[in-house]
Amino acid sequence: MLHIEDLHVKVGEKEVLHDINLHINEGETHVLLGPNGSGKTTLLMTIMGFSNYTITEGKILFKGEDVTKMHAHERAKRGMGMLFQRPPTISGLKLGKILTAISHDKGENIPELARSVHMDGFLERDINKGFSGGEIKRSEVLQLLIQNPDFIMLDEPESGVDLENISLIGAAIGSLLEKDKHIIKRQKSGLVITHTGYILDYLETDRGHVMCDGQIKCHGNPREILMDIKQRGYKECLECRHN
Amino acid sequence: MPSQLKAPELSKVDQERLAQSGIDLAMKNRCGSYLQMDQEVVHAECMQEGMEVLSYKKAMEKYDWLKEYNWKVVSSEKDDVTKYVAAQKEPKGYVIIAHKGSSNILPIQACLFLGRDQIQHVHNIIIAEEDSELHIISGCTSGAHVGKGGAHYGISEFYVKKNAKISFTMIHTWSENIEVYPRSASRVEENGVFLSNYVCMHPVKKVQMYPTATLSGENSVARFSSIVIASPTSYMDLGSRAILEGKGSSAELITRAITKGGTIISRGHIQGKTAGTRGHLECKGLILQDGMIYAIPEIEGSVVGTELSHEAAVGKLARDEIEYLMSRGLDEDEATATIIRGFLDVKITGLPDALQKQIDATIDVAEKAGF
Ligand SMILES: Nc1ncnc2c1ncn2[C@@H]1O[C@H](COP(=O)(O)OP(=O)(O)OP(=O)(O)O)[C@@H](O)[C@H]1O
Ligand SMILES: [Mg+2]
Repeated sequence: MLHIEDLHVKVGEKEVLHDINLHINEGETHVLLGPNGSGKTTLLMTIMGFSNYTITEGKILFKGEDVTKMHAHERAKRGMGMLFQRPPTISGLKLGKILTAISHDKGENIPELARSVHMDGFLERDINKGFSGGEIKRSEVLQLLIQNPDFIMLDEPESGVDLENISLIGAAIGSLLEKDKHIIKRQKSGLVITHTGYILDYLETDRGHVMCDGQIKCHGNPREILMDIKQRGYKECLECRHN
Repeated sequence: MPSQLKAPELSKVDQERLAQSGIDLAMKNRCGSYLQMDQEVVHAECMQEGMEVLSYKKAMEKYDWLKEYNWKVVSSEKDDVTKYVAAQKEPKGYVIIAHKGSSNILPIQACLFLGRDQIQHVHNIIIAEEDSELHIISGCTSGAHVGKGGAHYGISEFYVKKNAKISFTMIHTWSENIEVYPRSASRVEENGVFLSNYVCMHPVKKVQMYPTATLSGENSVARFSSIVIASPTSYMDLGSRAILEGKGSSAELITRAITKGGTIISRGHIQGKTAGTRGHLECKGLILQDGMIYAIPEIEGSVVGTELSHEAAVGKLARDEIEYLMSRGLDEDEATATIIRGFLDVKITGLPDALQKQIDATIDVAEKAGF
């Protein structure tokens, strides 16, 4: 599904990501861990194609196609989607109107999907304006439910969300990633950023990666890595750098 | 059943332009109509009980007391435009009267159509008597083929009596060679409400106007909303002014201005002369192509107990907002148009649904054309 090779990314004048390699197969969901400011969001924004993340080296292959130079909407059309950590507020633009635009008359039942994540009361509100932390995440999930991407990047889907809503969001994301389907039939892939790991109770994940200082330092079983970090912090990662 | 508007010589294109200006030729959602083509009054009628739509000439003959409303809030000596209109031997325009206690749900439409090169002049008087509620949509349009150009001089005098309400929604669909000089003013009495809405999505050579509302009555309210786009050749000098005289009176002046290369001067002036008055002025501008948006908000308070504020912002489309929508699969043009549409979305408090829908529809047409 996604193959990243030797990727270097600059934000402004500063190189934030150095030599990233990442491979996510069809049907797999990976977890991206790492301390604040290590470059996790930068990686997701770069994969999605945001223009102020400049790729100076390396490439991104998506479904076998080189998308390194493509605009965000071309990547979205090919099946990428993202839940944003901090989506912008767009004054005057109603959530309902965005949902209609995303659906491109594909005939999704917008009111019903909105109800499923308790966002039916928000369709006439300006997107993200005055939304609480949890409401922002639910609005993001709702947009993804309509977009229905094949590869979903989730940037801290559970941060700031209460337990009840984590299970709501977790279930919705689980269905987006076809977690209800048998592993052999599962075609959707994901990449999840989490600090707490709560979301992993709702999503079986296949592999974990730890990012430190703009580099992916180690890979392994996501739960084991998370356990390690919970016990020992990121100290060992930071020490890794000196190896 | 209301009769259809008879406008025989209108081409399909011109009918379309009228529709974009909110004119419903089939009269389905209107309760009365005034249609003036160039200098000819084609139609003036009203089906709504308690309301009248008359040509200026007929009205003056019918009601002697109208003299008291003629050139009273707008001075005939104000400028060259008012002098020109006042000097006409055969004055044109309409008088709309909402008699005491009357109200309309479907608006009255007033259509001013400029078909040939010339100056079209009108003098309108609009009166809402005590306890009445009057809604008007005014579509001003030029034919698609107005030769070398023309000009529209329009005087409008509004009188909102005690406990009455007027909403006046003006939609302009002119063309690159037309100059437009509306001169209008209103007086609002106790508990009266005056809503003035202006929408212009089409090119125009020049518009210059500065309507003034004098809120003389206690607790009277005025709300001006302007939603405009300036094409590269457009020069729009727009303003609105509210004078807060009555105790507890309040005003809100809201503008959304977009330039695609033309000039927009957005003036606003609120004068707080009495304690307990409130005024707010808001101008948001978006520059899509190098042009000019010059916002000049003025607030002038002269007594303790008046509260006035303004906010003005001019900027560009935010890249992160566009790309956010692009990441959902909208291409750049769709994303841009969607954000602009949101920017222009102003919900006007107190405006009937039919009129809000008309404003929305006019902007939607512009959105479909990619703004
Ligand atoms: N637009 C920008 N301008 C300057 N620096 C930036 C910009 N965007 C990101 N950075 C920097 O790049 C580094 C990585 O940021 P990023 O947002 O990717 O971290 P993160 O791993 O997602 O952190 P967190 O866990 O706090 O969300 C940080 O030092 C950040 O300040
Ligand atoms: Mg982040």
